[in-house]
Amino acid sequence: MAPKQRNAAAQTPPPSSTAPPTRAPAWTPSPPTTTPKPSLSKPTTTTTTGAGGGVQTWDKIINNVLSHYLDTTPQRTKLLDAFMVFLVAVGALQFVYCVLAGNYPFNAFLSGFAATVGQFVLTASLRIQTTEANKGDFPCVSPERAFADYVVCSLILHFFCVNFIN
Amino acid sequence: MSLGFCFQSSFSANPILLFAGFESIIHEFDPWFNFRATKYLVANGFYNFWDWFDDRTWHPLGRVTGGTLYPGLMVTSGVIYHALRALTIPVDIRNVCVLLAPGFSGLTAIAAYLLTNEMTPSPSAGLLAALFMGIAPGYISRSVAGSYDNEAIAIFLLVFTFYLWIKALKQGSMLWGALCALFYGYMVASWGGYAFITCLLPLHAFVLVCMGRYSTRLYVAYTTWYALGTLASMQIPFVGFLPVKTSEHMPALGIFGFLQLLAFLDYVRSAIPSRQFQTFLWLFAGAAFGLGLLGLVIATSAGFIAPWSGRFYSLFDTGYAKIHIPIIASVSEHQPTAWPAFFFDLNMLIWLFPVGVYLCFQQLADEHVFIVVYALFGSYFAGVMVRLMLTLTPVVCIAAAIAVSALLDTYLSVKSPKPEENQAVEGAEGKKAAKSGLKATNKPVVGVYTTWGKGMIVSALAVYLLLFVLHCTWVTSNAYSSPSVVLASRLPDGSQHIIDDYREAYQWLRQNTREDAKIMSWWDYGYQIGGMADRPTLVDNNTWNNTHIATVGKAMSSSEEVSYPIMRQHEVDYVLVVFGGLLGYSGDDINKFLWMVRIAEGIWPEEVSERAFFTPRGEYRVDGEATETMKNSLMYKMSYYNYNNLFPAGQAVDRMRGARLPEVGPTLSTLEEAFTSENWIIRIYKVKDLDNLGRDHSSAAAFERGHKKKKVTKKRGPRVLRVD
Repeated sequence: MAPKQRNAAAQTPPPSSTAPPTRAPAWTPSPPTTTPKPSLSKPTTTTTTGAGGGVQTWDKIINNVLSHYLDTTPQRTKLLDAFMVFLVAVGALQFVYCVLAGNYPFNAFLSGFAATVGQFVLTASLRIQTTEANKGDFPCVSPERAFADYVVCSLILHFFCVNFIN
Repeated sequence: MSLGFCFQSSFSANPILLFAGFESIIHEFDPWFNFRATKYLVANGFYNFWDWFDDRTWHPLGRVTGGTLYPGLMVTSGVIYHALRALTIPVDIRNVCVLLAPGFSGLTAIAAYLLTNEMTPSPSAGLLAALFMGIAPGYISRSVAGSYDNEAIAIFLLVFTFYLWIKALKQGSMLWGALCALFYGYMVASWGGYAFITCLLPLHAFVLVCMGRYSTRLYVAYTTWYALGTLASMQIPFVGFLPVKTSEHMPALGIFGFLQLLAFLDYVRSAIPSRQFQTFLWLFAGAAFGLGLLGLVIATSAGFIAPWSGRFYSLFDTGYAKIHIPIIASVSEHQPTAWPAFFFDLNMLIWLFPVGVYLCFQQLADEHVFIVVYALFGSYFAGVMVRLMLTLTPVVCIAAAIAVSALLDTYLSVKSPKPEENQAVEGAEGKKAAKSGLKATNKPVVGVYTTWGKGMIVSALAVYLLLFVLHCTWVTSNAYSSPSVVLASRLPDGSQHIIDDYREAYQWLRQNTREDAKIMSWWDYGYQIGGMADRPTLVDNNTWNNTHIATVGKAMSSSEEVSYPIMRQHEVDYVLVVFGGLLGYSGDDINKFLWMVRIAEGIWPEEVSERAFFTPRGEYRVDGEATETMKNSLMYKMSYYNYNNLFPAGQAVDRMRGARLPEVGPTLSTLEEAFTSENWIIRIYKVKDLDNLGRDHSSAAAFERGHKKKKVTKKRGPRVLRVD
């Protein structure tokens, strides 16, 4: 299979400068064996199942990301991440409900969904601001200030949501 | 301190010019509705205002006013009013309304100062920007006292939201992002032009990402703004679900999703080696883009997202509105801008503007990209619609201030450079050196040597600035300061003559008609009749129902036989027309008449035809050569009824159109003249009741005139039609 070829080529260190441009075209023509779609769905399926052809690199990538995450993330940040995963789950649940059962109280659905999305991005922002590696990006935001901002923004967010829920 | 001066000058310049000529009065058309709504708010409280169903407009339909307006302006002045009352300062709500716009123009100057200070380290730039903002005619048109319109506070909110956005972006702070969102929400509550921010901020973010300037700060600022700002905007009943349903708001949502992906990618990139990341990136980006596009296409075609609205199409194709939605094209503010308007409204700023943008290019940090994007975006839209000149003005002021301050900073420094750098460059290149950009790192710092040269440049600049102030004062006092309900003219001896026909007529209506007498007029005057005469109207400036407006247009443009049933059906008691023929007043109904015809034709193409109002040679005439349709139309008859009695026989002249009118004026049988103002600008007709003897109106009118039927037949034109 073409992807396998490419992956093998990628593993054995190639001449660095020319490789990426050639690789991209090599990859894009390969999926059309079935439809144009697979190029879209492939990453999600491979990341979730981790099985199928040409996924050795994917395994590797995922392993790398995971190990990097487990190694470098402090305990508190993991707590934030857990909260974010929870928010994603709640948001997805609401969305699925909306699709399946109809969106009749549209106000309620919107405010519920917006609350999860908003809280998610706020938490992500807090996470970014408190990460040690990003310190240089935020010269005037200390972790304490970040948390205070987070509380204020969340209050505003939930005030609007409650007001909108009808 | 200087800033305080700027604030004060921009605050005080406007009302003084106004009060010099007129007393405190609300201008134009829309402000009259805002004023009326504010009075309602103050009298009935907030909750009643929110649920306000107005049965005195759009008779017989009524209007759900509370849910179809932008309440920001009224609530602001209501809050100010109550605050002043609480401080035991007795003020009239009218004075609060009249002075609100100049007050906010002072705040706009401060916002412009703050925004400019984010762009450049030079302190003079901010002050200049504040000064320009305070006096630029393009903005003063909306900030003179009495111009109680949504734009009055919206431009302040626009500039201030941009300032907060830049602040949030620079610091990457959630708090500033939240403030930005709050002011964005306030802006949404105030003006339909909020879509400008909704499109500009995502565009800025997108340009930054394309330039490879994605940063975690951008993520924090943008997502905080979007998440909170969208929710805030949905609190306004008139906006409601629009932010998730219409295409105008989709770019913001798209960039929001895009930034989530970028943040994720950013994290992954830090986790894995770059070679693996490349593969990951290609797949991931392709998948996300494809899915997003697919989702958008499906959602649009399935009808979850409304397609672009007509007013939005007209922003891209200036001919669109004229063909499809005459009601939008008929508003003069929606016409494309003529090029002299740029010079008239911005004067010398318009040629300093590109210099400022160029200087932004030289530094090109994130905030300078914003100015560049804003300049492009704003220029385009200002060229498409006269009204959007207003959104361009702030960026022009800021860019021009940057340019002027760069010049002044260079040439005003008394200190001359050291002679050993003498061989570098002579004076002409001095101005480049002042910028601390990439250029400055390559070359040694050079400056201007001779005090003579410095003096010349500075004095030339000073002269320009003085001329600019003169121009602004002139424009403000001549073009923008006169309330259009009160006209000023000069008598031959040079003294000022006030023409107050509008208020005279509205006062007449107020005192001589029943409380619930329905007035039919073209929609331009709806708000004024509601505000000044306090009488129900058929249509007004809130043009929410095109068919209803077309009905009025049809009544105006058809013959009496057709119009009378329409007026009876709508219970019309009085008809009001504006006629400028005696005075040479250009904004009258005969000049607007073709729009009435066009709008009516849009609904009833087989009954009203625009072509029939033009002579065979394609001219729009009102004199003896006018077409029969024109002469028989209600509007023509009402305008020229009895008009030739003013003149010696056969000498009646329409001074506006320079036309000699036919010797025999039109006759009216279903209407009777009720009131004509001093200069004939406003004419009011009473709709006759059904005839007591059951005759039709034309024969009854003929009988009144003492004509036998046989005598009528020898008359020309209109008479013949009345007989049958």
